Amino acid sequence: MATMTPAGDYRSTYREDMTIFPTRGSRIALWVGLALLCLAPLVLDRYLLHLLINIGFLGIAALGLNILVGFTGQISIGHAAFFGFGAFASAWAHEALHIPVALAIPLAGLATALIGLVFGAPAARLKGLYLAIATLAAQFILEDFFARARWFTGGVAGRVTEPFSLFGFAFDTDETYFYVVLAFVVVMFAGAANLMRTRDGRALVAVRDHYLSAEMMGINLAYYRTLSFGIASFYAGIGGALYAHYLLFVSVEAFNILFSIQFLGMVIIGGLGTIKGSLMGAAFMVLLPEVVQSLADMLAGGAVDRALKLGASISYLREMAIGAAIILFLIFEPDGLAHRWQQIKAYWKLYPYSH
Amino acid sequence: MDPAAVAPILDADRVSLRFGGVRALTDVSFSVRRGEIFSIIGPNGAGKTSMVNCVSGRYRPTEGRILFEGRDITRVPTRQRAGLGIGRTFQNLALFGHMTVLDNIMVGRHHLLRSGFLRGMVYWIGGAQREEIAHRREVEEIIDFLEIQHVRKAIAGQLSYGLRKRVELARAVALRPKLILLDEPMAGMNLEEKEDMARYIVDLNEEWGMTVLMIEHDMGVVMDISHRVMVLDFGRKIAEGPPEAVLADEHVKRAYLGEADEVVSEPEEAVA
Repeated sequence: MATMTPAGDYRSTYREDMTIFPTRGSRIALWVGLALLCLAPLVLDRYLLHLLINIGFLGIAALGLNILVGFTGQISIGHAAFFGFGAFASAWAHEALHIPVALAIPLAGLATALIGLVFGAPAARLKGLYLAIATLAAQFILEDFFARARWFTGGVAGRVTEPFSLFGFAFDTDETYFYVVLAFVVVMFAGAANLMRTRDGRALVAVRDHYLSAEMMGINLAYYRTLSFGIASFYAGIGGALYAHYLLFVSVEAFNILFSIQFLGMVIIGGLGTIKGSLMGAAFMVLLPEVVQSLADMLAGGAVDRALKLGASISYLREMAIGAAIILFLIFEPDGLAHRWQQIKAYWKLYPYSH
Repeated sequence: MDPAAVAPILDADRVSLRFGGVRALTDVSFSVRRGEIFSIIGPNGAGKTSMVNCVSGRYRPTEGRILFEGRDITRVPTRQRAGLGIGRTFQNLALFGHMTVLDNIMVGRHHLLRSGFLRGMVYWIGGAQREEIAHRREVEEIIDFLEIQHVRKAIAGQLSYGLRKRVELARAVALRPKLILLDEPMAGMNLEEKEDMARYIVDLNEEWGMTVLMIEHDMGVVMDISHRVMVLDFGRKIAEGPPEAVLADEHVKRAYLGEADEVVSEPEEAVA
């Protein structure tokens, strides 16, 4: 990303020039933001914490999809299935293999990465719509697997999971589990940011931008296309595992194609090929229904409701508003929230001399 | 230095390339000596880019062999040729459009970097940071050499055409190739940019020690900086040698530079 650096911000070493957060201001914002988030469980009510936790694990999974779709330029419409696999894998590993939850979550990520590599194998040869269909197959195969593999998923009854615990302390409330999710978010996002500024991350983007010259640079296209699936699935698995140990119950119906499309919505709205956009997109997708819901509740029984005779159909406003928001986004901000955020920052940096 | 005394770095041995019924190359043999600037010229569609694509691995010759430093590389996959020491630029720009100039050039270091994705993700611990800094230093040398310091953080796709050409050259140089293939490095440039580019190519050859295999349409540049020139026409080699000799060659005059006599004589024949 080309960034504007403020006047007087000189770098005298390459190390200083290669940081993730390029300016002093952004670094301060990072630490202050993290400190505020650490205080959040003390201040915020349970409902807001619930939303933040959702944004956390969905954001991790969305980041994985963004590495695949945004950075590597591939497509997957089976991301929710991998998310689900991670959820079941973690729950199963804990119950059947008696692995502590704290260890089961990363293991679930690895297991999902392996599954992702298997289903990602066609990516070495397929592109575009053909790859989309191949990942659609992954979605249905895994969904079917969830329904049939009762030893793994509990079948239609679903699977009850144990809360996260570390050194005998159970993170079984929203207030405590928030810290678990926050830690994972920080690690996973830092990992992705680091990846994208080193050899293999650049190779992924090179494969997306111009695969012919990427090959000429010595980049193995098949390897990186498949690797991208593995990494994306790893992130999905971690996200899913965090989901499982938060809800403490995993149902086989949750990971349908609609959920996969929602993940795609998150990365498109947040901004393809941006790290922070993944989190922004997840936040958008989590908060939008809540905002629309509260609007609908305000309308309900009010003058508008009576005049238009909305009655029961007022709840459909929510679905419609989400659809409309996505369409408006695609038309007016196709580069996503992350891009809009850059523009807002640029505006204030140059203010009042924007031209 | 007498180039003739030096062993060839690249040998094309009776290379033919067919696409169905189209013969792109027929029995082309030539060798590029270590340390020279070797140009391929010829009219449009003569097979120049096809020839370079055979060397870079994009196409596999239907017949014949390509030897690099004495080793048969005809069947070596494209991605392994960077490691052997072959770099190239493309006729139509082929930069990674959404990456910064710096990242584009760093991709050129790909085969020299050792940190995979695992070490990359733990940037600070596994040595990836140290490696990135070391290579950044080398990349900066290339940036200085090609005078693109002012755009190093710019998005490559947003640069002007001339600058993008230079960034692409920088990326190819970052591979540290022994042999660099330049497909029309001057195309679409104005005089000043052409002069700059010619200077870079000569410097790469003389100071950086790279052997240059170049396709170029600008005859002035070709004649000025090439040690030897090969002329292709309809996929066949019709001449090879020092620029002056090639320019004087009858076949070349007829095929490439147009046949003045014929044009003049044609109306007479028609009258007769």
